[in-house]
Amino acid sequence: MTHTITSTLNPPASSPWTSADVRVDFPILTSAERPVIYLDNAATSQKPDAVIAATTRYYKTMNANIHRGVYRLSVEATDAYESARAGIAAFIGAGNPREVVFTRGCTEAINLVAMTWGLQNLKPGSTIVLTQMEHHSNIVPWQLVAARTGAKIVVTPVSNDGELDIGAFERLVANGAALVAVTHISNVLGTINPVQDMARIAHRHGALILVDGAQSVAHMPVHVGELGCDFFTFSGHKMCGPTGIGALWARGELLDAMPPYQGGGDMISTVSFEGSTWNMVPHKFEAGTPDIAGAIGLGAAVDYLKRLEMPRIATTEADLLTYAEKAMLTIPGLRLIGQARHKASVISFMLDGIHPHDIGTILDQEHVAIRTGHHCCQPLMDFYHIPATARASLAFYNTQADIDALISGLRRVIEVFR
Amino acid sequence: MSDLRELYQQTIIDHNRKPRNFHPMPDADHHAKGHNPLCGDRLELYLKMDGNRISDASFTGVGCAISTASASMMTEAIKGRTLDEVKTLYSHFHTLLTTPMHKPVSTDGLDKLEVFSGVREFPVRVKCATLAWHTLEAAIKDEKSEAKTE
Repeated sequence: MTHTITSTLNPPASSPWTSADVRVDFPILTSAERPVIYLDNAATSQKPDAVIAATTRYYKTMNANIHRGVYRLSVEATDAYESARAGIAAFIGAGNPREVVFTRGCTEAINLVAMTWGLQNLKPGSTIVLTQMEHHSNIVPWQLVAARTGAKIVVTPVSNDGELDIGAFERLVANGAALVAVTHISNVLGTINPVQDMARIAHRHGALILVDGAQSVAHMPVHVGELGCDFFTFSGHKMCGPTGIGALWARGELLDAMPPYQGGGDMISTVSFEGSTWNMVPHKFEAGTPDIAGAIGLGAAVDYLKRLEMPRIATTEADLLTYAEKAMLTIPGLRLIGQARHKASVISFMLDGIHPHDIGTILDQEHVAIRTGHHCCQPLMDFYHIPATARASLAFYNTQADIDALISGLRRVIEVFR
Repeated sequence: MSDLRELYQQTIIDHNRKPRNFHPMPDADHHAKGHNPLCGDRLELYLKMDGNRISDASFTGVGCAISTASASMMTEAIKGRTLDEVKTLYSHFHTLLTTPMHKPVSTDGLDKLEVFSGVREFPVRVKCATLAWHTLEAAIKDEKSEAKTE
Protein backbone atom coordinates (compact mmCIF):
# COMPACT_ATOMS: atom_id res chain seq x y z
CA MET A 1 0.00 0.00 0.00
CA THR A 2 2.83 2.36 0.85
CA HIS A 3 4.06 2.62 -2.71
CA THR A 4 0.65 3.60 -4.05
CA ILE A 5 0.30 6.31 -1.41
CA THR A 6 3.67 7.66 -2.43
CA SER A 7 2.59 7.69 -6.05
CA THR A 8 -0.50 9.77 -5.27
CA LEU A 9 1.39 12.08 -2.97
CA ASN A 10 3.96 12.68 -5.68
CA PRO A 11 1.82 12.79 -8.77
CA PRO A 12 2.90 13.73 -12.24
CA ALA A 13 2.26 17.28 -11.00
CA SER A 14 1.02 19.55 -13.76
CA SER A 15 2.48 17.16 -16.32
CA PRO A 16 -0.10 15.86 -18.75
CA TRP A 17 -1.91 12.79 -17.46
CA THR A 18 -4.45 10.49 -19.01
CA SER A 19 -7.42 8.72 -17.48
CA ALA A 20 -5.45 5.50 -17.58
CA ASP A 21 -2.63 7.12 -15.55
CA VAL A 22 -4.88 8.29 -12.71
CA ARG A 23 -7.07 5.19 -12.69
CA VAL A 24 -4.40 3.29 -10.78
CA ASP A 25 -4.94 5.65 -7.83
CA PHE A 26 -8.39 4.12 -7.30
CA PRO A 27 -8.22 0.64 -5.75
CA ILE A 28 -11.85 -0.23 -6.51
CA LEU A 29 -11.33 0.42 -10.23
CA THR A 30 -8.30 -1.81 -10.49
CA SER A 31 -9.55 -4.83 -8.56
CA ALA A 32 -9.05 -7.97 -10.65
CA GLU A 33 -11.53 -10.06 -8.64
CA ARG A 34 -14.40 -7.61 -8.85
CA PRO A 35 -14.21 -5.80 -12.17
CA VAL A 36 -16.37 -2.70 -12.42
CA ILE A 37 -16.87 -0.15 -15.14
CA TYR A 38 -18.12 2.63 -12.97
CA LEU A 39 -20.34 5.15 -14.74
CA ASP A 40 -22.40 6.43 -11.81
CA ASN A 41 -20.19 9.31 -10.76
CA ALA A 42 -23.06 11.75 -10.38
CA ALA A 43 -24.32 9.53 -7.55
CA THR A 44 -20.95 9.22 -5.88
CA SER A 45 -17.32 9.22 -6.96
CA GLN A 46 -14.74 6.56 -6.23
CA LYS A 47 -11.99 7.24 -3.69
CA PRO A 48 -8.27 7.44 -4.41
CA ASP A 49 -5.69 5.82 -2.12
CA ALA A 50 -4.64 9.27 -0.89
CA VAL A 51 -8.10 9.88 0.61
CA ILE A 52 -8.44 6.41 2.11
CA ALA A 53 -4.94 6.76 3.58
CA ALA A 54 -5.63 10.21 5.06
CA THR A 55 -8.76 8.96 6.79
CA THR A 56 -6.97 5.90 8.13
CA ARG A 57 -3.99 7.98 9.21
CA TYR A 58 -6.23 10.13 11.39
CA TYR A 59 -7.66 7.10 13.20
CA LYS A 60 -4.30 5.36 13.46
CA THR A 61 -2.08 8.23 14.50
CA MET A 62 -4.01 11.25 15.79
CA ASN A 63 -7.48 10.16 16.89
CA ALA A 64 -8.66 12.67 19.50
CA ASN A 65 -11.47 15.16 19.83
CA ILE A 66 -10.85 18.63 18.48
CA HIS A 67 -10.99 22.20 19.79
CA ARG A 68 -10.68 21.21 23.43
CA GLY A 69 -7.79 18.99 24.49
CA VAL A 70 -4.53 20.57 25.63
CA TYR A 71 -2.61 17.42 24.78
CA ARG A 72 -0.60 16.73 21.67
CA LEU A 73 -3.02 14.38 19.89
CA SER A 74 -5.91 16.79 20.21
CA VAL A 75 -3.78 19.63 18.90
CA GLU A 76 -2.71 17.52 15.92
CA ALA A 77 -6.29 16.46 15.19
CA THR A 78 -7.48 20.08 15.45
CA ASP A 79 -4.71 21.22 13.12
CA ALA A 80 -5.54 18.53 10.59
CA TYR A 81 -9.27 19.35 10.74
CA GLU A 82 -8.72 23.09 10.38
CA SER A 83 -6.12 22.76 7.66
CA ALA A 84 -8.59 20.60 5.74
CA ARG A 85 -11.04 23.51 6.05
CA ALA A 86 -8.40 25.92 4.77
CA GLY A 87 -7.58 23.65 1.82
CA ILE A 88 -11.25 23.32 0.90
CA ALA A 89 -11.75 27.08 1.20
CA ALA A 90 -8.82 27.73 -1.14
CA PHE A 91 -10.10 25.07 -3.56
CA ILE A 92 -13.41 26.88 -4.07
CA GLY A 93 -11.88 30.36 -4.01
CA ALA A 94 -13.29 31.35 -0.63
CA GLY A 95 -11.72 34.48 0.81
CA ASN A 96 -11.47 33.09 4.32
CA PRO A 97 -11.62 29.54 5.77
CA ARG A 98 -14.09 30.75 8.40
CA GLU A 99 -16.66 31.02 5.59
CA VAL A 100 -16.60 27.22 5.16
CA VAL A 101 -18.94 25.30 7.47
CA PHE A 102 -18.62 21.52 7.57
CA THR A 103 -21.90 19.66 7.18
CA ARG A 104 -22.91 16.04 6.59
CA GLY A 105 -23.23 16.77 2.90
CA CYS A 106 -24.81 19.07 0.36
CA THR A 107 -28.31 18.18 1.55
CA GLU A 108 -27.55 19.24 5.10
CA ALA A 109 -25.87 22.42 3.87
CA ILE A 110 -29.05 23.44 2.01
CA ASN A 111 -31.21 22.52 5.01
CA LEU A 112 -28.91 24.60 7.20
CA VAL A 113 -29.47 27.69 5.07
CA ALA A 114 -33.22 27.04 4.88
CA MET A 115 -33.62 26.59 8.63
CA THR A 116 -31.37 29.49 9.68
CA TRP A 117 -31.28 32.22 7.06
CA GLY A 118 -34.67 31.11 5.72
CA LEU A 119 -36.56 31.12 9.01
CA GLN A 120 -34.94 34.42 9.96
CA ASN A 121 -35.57 36.26 6.70
CA LEU A 122 -38.55 34.75 4.87
CA LYS A 123 -41.97 36.14 5.64
CA PRO A 124 -45.52 35.53 4.45
CA GLY A 125 -45.50 36.38 0.75
CA SER A 126 -41.70 36.16 0.32
CA THR A 127 -40.73 34.38 -2.88
CA ILE A 128 -38.17 31.61 -3.33
CA VAL A 129 -37.17 31.04 -6.95
CA LEU A 130 -36.23 27.45 -7.83
CA THR A 131 -35.88 25.75 -11.22
CA GLN A 132 -37.59 22.80 -12.88
CA MET A 133 -34.32 20.84 -12.82
CA GLU A 134 -33.61 20.94 -9.08
CA HIS A 135 -32.75 17.83 -7.10
CA HIS A 136 -35.26 16.99 -4.36
CA SER A 137 -32.68 18.22 -1.86
CA ASN A 138 -32.94 21.72 -3.31
CA ILE A 139 -36.74 21.61 -3.34
CA VAL A 140 -37.95 19.95 -0.15
CA PRO A 141 -35.99 22.09 2.37
CA TRP A 142 -37.58 25.16 0.77
CA GLN A 143 -41.02 23.59 0.96
CA LEU A 144 -40.44 22.95 4.66
CA VAL A 145 -39.34 26.51 5.29
CA ALA A 146 -42.13 27.90 3.08
CA ALA A 147 -44.71 25.98 5.12
CA ARG A 148 -43.35 27.55 8.31
CA THR A 149 -42.91 31.11 7.07
CA GLY A 150 -45.71 31.53 4.55
CA ALA A 151 -43.18 32.10 1.77
CA LYS A 152 -44.07 30.85 -1.69
CA ILE A 153 -42.06 28.90 -4.26
CA VAL A 154 -41.93 29.74 -7.96
CA VAL A 155 -40.22 27.62 -10.60
CA THR A 156 -37.99 28.69 -13.47
CA PRO A 157 -38.99 26.73 -16.59
CA VAL A 158 -36.60 24.62 -18.62
CA SER A 159 -36.50 24.09 -22.40
CA ASN A 160 -36.73 20.72 -24.12
CA ASP A 161 -32.96 20.79 -24.60
CA GLY A 162 -32.54 21.20 -20.86
CA GLU A 163 -31.65 24.88 -20.61
CA LEU A 164 -33.15 27.36 -18.17
CA ASP A 165 -35.30 30.13 -19.57
CA ILE A 166 -33.27 33.07 -18.26
CA GLY A 167 -35.81 35.63 -19.45
CA ALA A 168 -38.52 33.90 -17.41
CA PHE A 169 -36.07 33.61 -14.53
CA GLU A 170 -35.45 37.34 -14.51
CA ARG A 171 -39.20 38.05 -14.54
CA LEU A 172 -39.68 35.74 -11.53
CA VAL A 173 -36.81 37.37 -9.64
CA ALA A 174 -37.90 40.90 -10.55
CA ASN A 175 -41.24 40.17 -8.95
CA GLY A 176 -39.72 40.75 -5.52
CA ALA A 177 -37.94 37.44 -4.89
CA ALA A 178 -36.03 37.02 -1.63
CA LEU A 179 -33.93 34.03 -2.61
CA VAL A 180 -32.85 32.05 -5.66
CA ALA A 181 -31.76 28.44 -5.19
CA VAL A 182 -30.34 26.80 -8.31
CA THR A 183 -28.21 23.84 -9.19
CA HIS A 184 -24.86 24.63 -10.81
CA ILE A 185 -24.99 21.46 -12.91
CA SER A 186 -28.08 19.30 -13.36
CA ASN A 187 -27.57 15.75 -12.09
CA VAL A 188 -29.95 14.48 -14.78
CA LEU A 189 -29.34 16.68 -17.83
CA GLY A 190 -25.72 17.66 -17.28
CA THR A 191 -26.68 21.27 -18.02
CA ILE A 192 -24.15 23.78 -16.71
CA ASN A 193 -26.36 26.67 -15.64
CA PRO A 194 -25.20 30.28 -16.13
CA VAL A 195 -25.09 30.87 -12.38
CA GLN A 196 -22.78 33.86 -12.72
CA ASP A 197 -25.41 35.68 -14.81
CA MET A 198 -28.15 34.44 -12.52
CA ALA A 199 -26.30 35.82 -9.49
CA ARG A 200 -26.06 39.22 -11.19
CA ILE A 201 -29.78 39.15 -11.98
CA ALA A 202 -30.65 38.07 -8.43
CA HIS A 203 -28.57 40.82 -6.89
CA ARG A 204 -29.88 43.45 -9.30
CA HIS A 205 -33.34 42.75 -7.90
CA GLY A 206 -32.26 42.48 -4.28
CA ALA A 207 -32.42 38.69 -3.93
CA LEU A 208 -29.75 36.39 -2.54
CA ILE A 209 -28.66 33.29 -4.45
CA LEU A 210 -27.74 29.81 -3.30
CA VAL A 211 -25.87 27.61 -5.76
CA ASP A 212 -26.08 23.82 -5.28
CA GLY A 213 -22.60 22.73 -6.31
CA ALA A 214 -22.99 19.00 -5.68
CA GLN A 215 -22.38 18.19 -9.35
CA SER A 216 -19.92 20.94 -10.19
CA VAL A 217 -17.06 21.12 -7.67
CA ALA A 218 -15.44 17.89 -8.87
CA HIS A 219 -15.89 18.58 -12.56
CA MET A 220 -14.94 22.20 -13.27
CA PRO A 221 -12.96 24.99 -11.64
CA VAL A 222 -15.18 26.72 -9.07
CA HIS A 223 -14.43 30.12 -7.61
CA VAL A 224 -17.25 31.32 -5.36
CA GLY A 225 -16.06 34.92 -5.61
CA GLU A 226 -16.21 34.87 -9.40
CA LEU A 227 -19.58 33.13 -9.38
CA GLY A 228 -20.83 35.97 -7.23
CA CYS A 229 -23.21 33.77 -5.27
CA ASP A 230 -24.12 34.16 -1.59
CA PHE A 231 -24.29 30.50 -0.59
CA PHE A 232 -22.54 27.54 -2.21
CA THR A 233 -23.15 23.96 -1.06
CA PHE A 234 -21.45 20.69 -1.92
CA SER A 235 -20.83 17.09 -0.85
CA GLY A 236 -17.48 15.45 -0.20
CA HIS A 237 -18.38 12.03 -1.54
CA LYS A 238 -19.03 13.27 -5.07
CA MET A 239 -15.53 14.81 -5.22
CA CYS A 240 -13.39 11.80 -4.29
CA GLY A 241 -13.90 12.40 -0.56
CA PRO A 242 -15.61 10.27 2.08
CA THR A 243 -19.37 10.00 2.59
CA GLY A 244 -20.93 11.89 5.49
CA ILE A 245 -19.02 15.13 4.97
CA GLY A 246 -19.77 18.20 2.90
CA ALA A 247 -19.73 21.93 3.27
CA LEU A 248 -21.58 25.18 3.09
CA TRP A 249 -19.74 28.26 1.92
CA ALA A 250 -21.43 31.59 2.58
CA ARG A 251 -20.31 35.19 2.68
CA GLY A 252 -18.94 35.87 6.17
CA GLU A 253 -21.38 38.64 7.05
CA LEU A 254 -24.31 36.37 6.19
CA LEU A 255 -22.96 33.62 8.44
CA ASP A 256 -22.38 36.14 11.22
CA ALA A 257 -26.00 37.31 11.06
CA MET A 258 -27.56 33.83 10.80
CA PRO A 259 -28.84 32.12 13.96
CA PRO A 260 -27.35 28.74 14.94
CA TYR A 261 -28.60 25.59 13.20
CA GLN A 262 -28.23 23.02 15.97
CA GLY A 263 -27.35 23.50 19.64
CA GLY A 264 -24.67 21.58 21.49
CA GLY A 265 -21.02 21.50 22.36
CA ASP A 266 -18.46 23.50 20.36
CA MET A 267 -21.06 25.89 18.93
CA ILE A 268 -21.32 27.91 22.14
CA SER A 269 -19.19 30.55 23.76
CA THR A 270 -20.84 30.49 27.20
CA VAL A 271 -23.71 28.46 28.59
CA SER A 272 -25.83 29.21 31.64
CA PHE A 273 -29.43 28.40 32.45
CA GLU A 274 -30.25 32.07 31.99
CA GLY A 275 -29.03 31.90 28.42
CA SER A 276 -26.13 31.00 26.18
CA THR A 277 -23.94 32.84 23.73
CA TRP A 278 -22.62 31.52 20.45
CA ASN A 279 -19.16 30.66 19.33
CA MET A 280 -17.79 32.53 16.33
CA VAL A 281 -18.31 31.45 12.75
CA PRO A 282 -17.94 28.72 11.49
CA HIS A 283 -18.02 26.90 14.83
CA LYS A 284 -21.44 28.41 15.59
CA PHE A 285 -22.80 25.99 12.96
CA GLU A 286 -20.83 22.90 13.98
CA ALA A 287 -22.53 21.60 17.11
CA GLY A 288 -21.16 18.38 18.56
CA THR A 289 -18.14 16.35 17.54
CA PRO A 290 -17.99 16.62 13.75
CA ASP A 291 -16.90 14.00 11.24
CA ILE A 292 -13.22 14.71 11.87
CA ALA A 293 -11.94 11.83 9.74
CA GLY A 294 -14.34 12.80 6.98
CA ALA A 295 -13.18 16.42 6.97
CA ILE A 296 -9.54 15.31 6.83
CA GLY A 297 -10.42 12.89 4.04
CA LEU A 298 -12.16 15.67 2.14
CA GLY A 299 -9.07 17.83 2.62
CA ALA A 300 -7.01 15.05 1.04
CA ALA A 301 -9.54 14.81 -1.81
CA VAL A 302 -9.22 18.49 -2.72
CA ASP A 303 -5.42 18.18 -2.53
CA TYR A 304 -5.68 15.29 -4.95
CA LEU A 305 -7.96 17.19 -7.35
CA LYS A 306 -5.75 20.28 -7.11
CA ARG A 307 -2.72 18.27 -8.17
CA LEU A 308 -4.60 16.98 -11.21
CA GLU A 309 -5.72 20.58 -11.91
CA MET A 310 -9.40 21.27 -12.35
CA PRO A 311 -9.16 22.75 -15.88
CA ARG A 312 -7.45 19.55 -17.00
CA ILE A 313 -10.12 17.42 -15.32
CA ALA A 314 -12.78 19.48 -17.08
CA THR A 315 -11.21 19.06 -20.54
CA THR A 316 -10.58 15.35 -19.97
CA GLU A 317 -14.24 14.86 -19.11
CA ALA A 318 -15.40 17.07 -21.99
CA ASP A 319 -13.44 14.89 -24.44
CA LEU A 320 -14.94 11.75 -22.90
CA LEU A 321 -18.42 13.25 -23.13
CA THR A 322 -17.98 13.98 -26.84
CA TYR A 323 -16.64 10.48 -27.46
CA ALA A 324 -19.47 8.89 -25.48
CA GLU A 325 -22.36 10.86 -26.97
CA LYS A 326 -21.12 10.30 -30.50
CA ALA A 327 -20.88 6.55 -29.90
CA MET A 328 -24.22 6.36 -28.11
CA LEU A 329 -26.04 8.07 -30.95
CA THR A 330 -25.03 5.17 -33.22
CA ILE A 331 -27.29 2.91 -31.12
CA PRO A 332 -30.65 2.56 -32.85
CA GLY A 333 -33.54 4.01 -30.85
CA LEU A 334 -31.32 5.83 -28.37
CA ARG A 335 -32.45 9.30 -27.35
CA LEU A 336 -30.47 11.71 -25.19
CA ILE A 337 -32.36 13.63 -22.50
CA GLY A 338 -30.60 16.94 -22.04
CA GLN A 339 -28.63 18.56 -24.84
CA ALA A 340 -27.73 21.92 -23.41
CA ARG A 341 -25.00 23.88 -25.16
CA HIS A 342 -22.96 23.95 -21.96
CA LYS A 343 -23.03 20.45 -20.67
CA ALA A 344 -21.03 18.39 -18.16
CA SER A 345 -20.33 14.68 -18.48
CA VAL A 346 -23.75 13.48 -17.35
CA ILE A 347 -25.64 11.55 -20.02
CA SER A 348 -29.29 10.70 -19.47
CA PHE A 349 -30.82 8.56 -22.17
CA MET A 350 -33.76 6.40 -23.18
CA LEU A 351 -33.88 3.37 -25.44
CA ASP A 352 -36.98 3.03 -27.56
CA GLY A 353 -39.42 0.58 -25.96
CA ILE A 354 -37.00 -0.52 -23.24
CA HIS A 355 -37.43 0.64 -19.67
CA PRO A 356 -34.33 2.15 -17.99
CA HIS A 357 -34.54 -0.40 -15.18
CA ASP A 358 -34.10 -3.24 -17.67
CA ILE A 359 -31.16 -1.43 -19.26
CA GLY A 360 -29.51 -1.14 -15.83
CA THR A 361 -29.91 -4.83 -15.01
CA ILE A 362 -28.52 -6.00 -18.34
CA LEU A 363 -25.56 -3.61 -18.23
CA ASP A 364 -24.78 -4.80 -14.71
CA GLN A 365 -24.30 -8.30 -16.12
CA GLU A 366 -21.50 -6.75 -18.17
CA HIS A 367 -20.11 -5.11 -15.00
CA VAL A 368 -21.18 -1.70 -16.26
CA ALA A 369 -22.67 0.36 -13.41
CA ILE A 370 -25.09 3.09 -14.45
CA ARG A 371 -27.98 4.71 -12.61
CA THR A 372 -31.61 4.26 -13.58
CA GLY A 373 -34.65 5.94 -12.11
CA HIS A 374 -35.88 9.45 -11.45
CA HIS A 375 -32.53 10.57 -9.94
CA CYS A 376 -34.33 12.44 -7.13
CA CYS A 377 -35.74 14.80 -9.75
CA GLN A 378 -39.40 13.84 -10.03
CA PRO A 379 -40.55 17.32 -11.16
CA LEU A 380 -38.06 17.15 -14.04
CA MET A 381 -39.30 13.65 -15.02
CA ASP A 382 -42.85 15.05 -15.02
CA PHE A 383 -41.73 17.89 -17.30
CA TYR A 384 -40.38 15.40 -19.85
CA HIS A 385 -43.34 13.03 -19.31
CA ILE A 386 -41.04 10.13 -18.55
CA PRO A 387 -41.00 7.91 -15.47
CA ALA A 388 -37.25 7.49 -15.41
CA THR A 389 -34.06 7.71 -17.41
CA ALA A 390 -30.90 5.64 -17.69
CA ARG A 391 -27.89 7.76 -16.80
CA ALA A 392 -24.19 7.32 -17.43
CA SER A 393 -22.13 9.94 -15.61
CA LEU A 394 -18.41 10.14 -16.27
CA ALA A 395 -15.39 11.13 -14.23
CA PHE A 396 -11.80 11.90 -15.17
CA TYR A 397 -10.75 8.33 -14.33
CA ASN A 398 -13.10 6.85 -16.89
CA THR A 399 -11.50 5.77 -20.15
CA GLN A 400 -12.66 5.37 -23.72
CA ALA A 401 -12.56 1.63 -23.03
CA ASP A 402 -15.23 2.19 -20.35
CA ILE A 403 -17.41 3.92 -22.92
CA ASP A 404 -16.80 1.09 -25.41
CA ALA A 405 -17.99 -1.37 -22.75
CA LEU A 406 -21.13 0.74 -22.25
CA ILE A 407 -21.81 0.73 -25.98
CA SER A 408 -21.37 -3.01 -26.34
CA GLY A 409 -23.59 -3.45 -23.26
CA LEU A 410 -26.29 -1.32 -24.87
CA ARG A 411 -26.11 -3.44 -28.00
CA ARG A 412 -26.60 -6.47 -25.77
CA VAL A 413 -29.68 -4.80 -24.24
CA ILE A 414 -31.21 -4.40 -27.68
CA GLU A 415 -30.35 -8.02 -28.51
CA VAL A 416 -32.18 -9.28 -25.39
CA PHE A 417 -35.25 -7.26 -26.28
CA ARG A 418 -35.26 -8.04 -29.98
CA MET B 1 -25.97 -14.05 -20.73
CA SER B 2 -27.53 -17.29 -19.44
CA ASP B 3 -28.76 -15.51 -16.29
CA LEU B 4 -30.19 -12.77 -18.46
CA ARG B 5 -32.08 -15.27 -20.59
CA GLU B 6 -33.42 -16.77 -17.37
CA LEU B 7 -34.67 -13.34 -16.35
CA TYR B 8 -35.86 -12.11 -19.71
CA GLN B 9 -37.52 -15.26 -20.96
CA GLN B 10 -39.25 -14.99 -24.31
CA THR B 11 -42.69 -15.08 -22.66
CA ILE B 12 -41.75 -12.04 -20.54
CA ILE B 13 -40.39 -10.14 -23.54
CA ASP B 14 -43.58 -10.99 -25.43
CA HIS B 15 -45.91 -9.82 -22.65
CA ASN B 16 -43.86 -6.65 -22.25
CA ARG B 17 -44.20 -5.88 -25.94
CA LYS B 18 -47.89 -6.82 -26.14
CA PRO B 19 -49.39 -6.63 -22.66
CA ARG B 20 -52.69 -8.52 -22.33
CA ASN B 21 -55.75 -6.93 -20.71
CA PHE B 22 -54.02 -3.58 -21.04
CA HIS B 23 -56.85 -1.07 -20.89
CA PRO B 24 -58.85 0.89 -18.35
CA MET B 25 -62.18 -0.56 -17.18
CA PRO B 26 -64.71 2.22 -16.52
CA ASP B 27 -67.26 -0.15 -14.97
CA ALA B 28 -64.81 -1.97 -12.67
CA ASP B 29 -66.04 -3.08 -9.24
CA HIS B 30 -62.59 -2.69 -7.71
CA HIS B 31 -59.72 -0.41 -8.63
CA ALA B 32 -56.33 0.45 -7.12
CA LYS B 33 -53.12 2.27 -8.02
CA GLY B 34 -49.63 0.88 -7.47
CA HIS B 35 -46.32 2.69 -7.39
CA ASN B 36 -42.73 1.53 -7.12
CA PRO B 37 -40.94 4.67 -5.86
CA LEU B 38 -37.52 3.17 -6.57
CA CYS B 39 -37.95 3.14 -10.33
CA GLY B 40 -41.06 5.26 -10.77
CA ASP B 41 -43.18 2.39 -12.13
CA ARG B 42 -46.90 3.07 -11.85
CA LEU B 43 -49.86 0.90 -12.62
CA GLU B 44 -53.60 0.91 -12.18
CA LEU B 45 -55.50 -2.31 -11.75
CA TYR B 46 -59.21 -2.91 -12.43
CA LEU B 47 -61.32 -5.88 -11.31
CA LYS B 48 -64.83 -7.00 -12.02
CA MET B 49 -66.31 -9.45 -9.53
CA ASP B 50 -68.91 -12.15 -9.79
CA GLY B 51 -69.60 -12.87 -6.14
CA ASN B 52 -66.35 -14.17 -4.74
CA ARG B 53 -64.85 -14.77 -8.16
CA ILE B 54 -62.82 -12.37 -10.32
CA SER B 55 -64.66 -12.29 -13.61
CA ASP B 56 -62.48 -9.73 -15.37
CA ALA B 57 -59.18 -7.95 -14.76
CA SER B 58 -57.23 -5.28 -16.61
CA PHE B 59 -54.44 -2.80 -16.02
CA THR B 60 -52.79 0.36 -17.37
CA GLY B 61 -49.51 2.06 -16.54
CA VAL B 62 -45.81 2.36 -17.23
CA GLY B 63 -43.17 -0.02 -16.00
CA CYS B 64 -40.13 -2.11 -16.78
CA ALA B 65 -40.39 -5.38 -18.67
CA ILE B 66 -40.60 -7.44 -15.51
CA SER B 67 -43.34 -5.35 -13.95
CA THR B 68 -45.34 -5.01 -17.18
CA ALA B 69 -45.13 -8.73 -17.99
CA SER B 70 -45.98 -9.61 -14.41
CA ALA B 71 -49.09 -7.41 -14.47
CA SER B 72 -50.10 -8.77 -17.86
CA MET B 73 -49.69 -12.42 -16.87
CA MET B 74 -51.31 -11.83 -13.50
CA THR B 75 -54.48 -10.48 -15.07
CA GLU B 76 -54.64 -13.60 -17.24
CA ALA B 77 -53.97 -15.89 -14.29
CA ILE B 78 -56.55 -14.45 -11.89
CA LYS B 79 -59.50 -14.24 -14.27
CA GLY B 80 -62.11 -16.80 -13.27
CA ARG B 81 -60.48 -17.60 -9.92
CA THR B 82 -61.98 -17.13 -6.49
CA LEU B 83 -60.34 -14.75 -4.04
CA ASP B 84 -59.09 -17.69 -1.98
CA GLU B 85 -57.52 -19.28 -5.05
CA VAL B 86 -55.87 -15.97 -5.94
CA LYS B 87 -54.47 -15.67 -2.42
CA THR B 88 -52.92 -19.14 -2.66
CA LEU B 89 -51.52 -18.33 -6.11
CA TYR B 90 -49.87 -15.14 -4.84
CA SER B 91 -48.38 -17.00 -1.92
CA HIS B 92 -46.81 -19.57 -4.31
CA PHE B 93 -45.63 -16.81 -6.63
CA HIS B 94 -44.04 -14.91 -3.77
CA THR B 95 -42.25 -18.05 -2.58
CA LEU B 96 -40.95 -18.60 -6.11
CA LEU B 97 -39.46 -15.09 -6.21
CA THR B 98 -37.92 -15.06 -2.77
CA THR B 99 -36.44 -18.54 -2.48
CA PRO B 100 -32.64 -18.36 -2.78
CA MET B 101 -31.18 -19.80 -5.98
CA HIS B 102 -29.45 -22.71 -4.29
CA LYS B 103 -32.69 -23.94 -2.71
CA PRO B 104 -35.25 -25.99 -4.62
CA VAL B 105 -38.60 -24.33 -5.12
CA SER B 106 -41.92 -25.81 -6.13
CA THR B 107 -43.64 -24.41 -9.20
CA ASP B 108 -46.83 -26.38 -8.57
CA GLY B 109 -49.93 -24.53 -9.64
CA LEU B 110 -48.00 -21.58 -11.00
CA ASP B 111 -48.42 -22.65 -14.59
CA LYS B 112 -47.17 -19.87 -16.91
CA LEU B 113 -46.06 -17.70 -13.98
CA GLU B 114 -43.12 -20.08 -13.62
CA VAL B 115 -41.25 -17.91 -16.15
CA PHE B 116 -40.54 -15.47 -13.32
CA SER B 117 -38.27 -17.96 -11.54
CA GLY B 118 -35.25 -16.13 -13.03
CA VAL B 119 -36.07 -13.06 -10.95
CA ARG B 120 -34.70 -14.95 -7.92
CA GLU B 121 -31.23 -14.29 -9.28
CA PHE B 122 -31.87 -10.52 -9.22
CA PRO B 123 -33.11 -9.57 -5.74
CA VAL B 124 -33.44 -5.86 -6.61
CA ARG B 125 -35.97 -6.81 -9.29
CA VAL B 126 -38.30 -8.82 -7.03
CA LYS B 127 -40.32 -5.67 -6.33
CA CYS B 128 -40.85 -5.17 -10.05
CA ALA B 129 -42.46 -8.60 -10.28
CA THR B 130 -44.63 -8.13 -7.18
CA LEU B 131 -45.91 -4.57 -7.85
CA ALA B 132 -48.98 -5.87 -9.72
CA TRP B 133 -49.74 -8.32 -6.93
CA HIS B 134 -49.43 -5.67 -4.20
CA THR B 135 -51.82 -3.56 -6.23
CA LEU B 136 -54.17 -6.52 -6.59
CA GLU B 137 -54.29 -6.89 -2.80
CA ALA B 138 -55.12 -3.18 -2.50
CA ALA B 139 -57.80 -3.44 -5.20
CA ILE B 140 -59.47 -6.40 -3.49
CA LYS B 141 -59.58 -4.44 -0.25
CA ASP B 142 -60.52 -1.36 -2.29
CA GLU B 143 -57.91 0.70 -0.53
CA LYS B 144 -57.92 4.33 -1.54
CA SER B 145 -54.23 4.86 -0.87
CA GLU B 146 -51.66 3.84 -3.44
CA ALA B 147 -50.02 0.41 -3.02
CA LYS B 148 -46.28 0.81 -2.72
CA THR B 149 -43.44 -1.63 -2.98
CA GLU B 150 -41.29 0.35 -0.52
